[in-house]
Amino acid sequence: MATVELSFSALPAHVRTARLVAAAVARRSGVDEAVLDEVRLAVGEACSRAVHLHRRHCPDRPVMVTLTDDSDAFRVAVTDQGPSDDAVDEEPGLQALAESSDADVELLDDLVPPGVGLAVISGLVDDVSVERGTGADGRGLVVRMAWPTSS
Amino acid sequence: MDLSLSTRTEGDRTIVEVGGEIDVYTAPRLREQLVDLVADGKYHLVVDMERVDFLDSTGLGVLVGGLKRVRAHDGSLRLVCPQERILKIFRITGLTKVFPIHSSVDEAVAATE
Repeated sequence: MATVELSFSALPAHVRTARLVAAAVARRSGVDEAVLDEVRLAVGEACSRAVHLHRRHCPDRPVMVTLTDDSDAFRVAVTDQGPSDDAVDEEPGLQALAESSDADVELLDDLVPPGVGLAVISGLVDDVSVERGTGADGRGLVVRMAWPTSS
Repeated sequence: MDLSLSTRTEGDRTIVEVGGEIDVYTAPRLREQLVDLVADGKYHLVVDMERVDFLDSTGLGVLVGGLKRVRAHDGSLRLVCPQERILKIFRITGLTKVFPIHSSVDEAVAATE
């Protein structure tokens, strides 16, 4: 059973709440202080990506976050209910967009590619996995991350 | 902590001082600020992020959008970012190769292409 479960409506304002709760539970679980920034950023990216997809495809469905204090690790799972379409995560990266001369600026500002968030998470977190199509109707994606705990 | 924004002019540069958290919720306000400055004919921007506590990929997207807007007018967008924990996300996304990043406002203002 998760230590703390969070289910929030897909609004950008709640992503900060999810970050704060995740950092608080991580600290209590014994995650090193120096790593808390990483937890905050990774959970924020996973939640932003989920909120972004929900707003486009299923604004009435909540985003789920589970935070678990295991014996040896602090585990986070962020579950969305977006379409199970791999293509949404295969848009070009930020660097490619910045360097291209013809990318539509308006489009870029409103839609940071969802794949960028996942790329940041993989660059940041050593222990991370992504599982697609976990929902009852084959929708959704779960981002699982874990950090070692000292206690 | 919420986002704080203020602007001032130093020579031909416009300094945008940003503080607090730049995320999916607050980034639209930073975008508005950058769009307004460019609409106002300010094409040489220095975004000072010394007091930023948190920056995610949504914030990076807004900065990239700002860069593209000023470049359309042969302008420049320089970042002041002395904090390692904020620099990290620029490295992960490859954006250290895209933005000129300085450790102080003075250095950014003195810099030329």
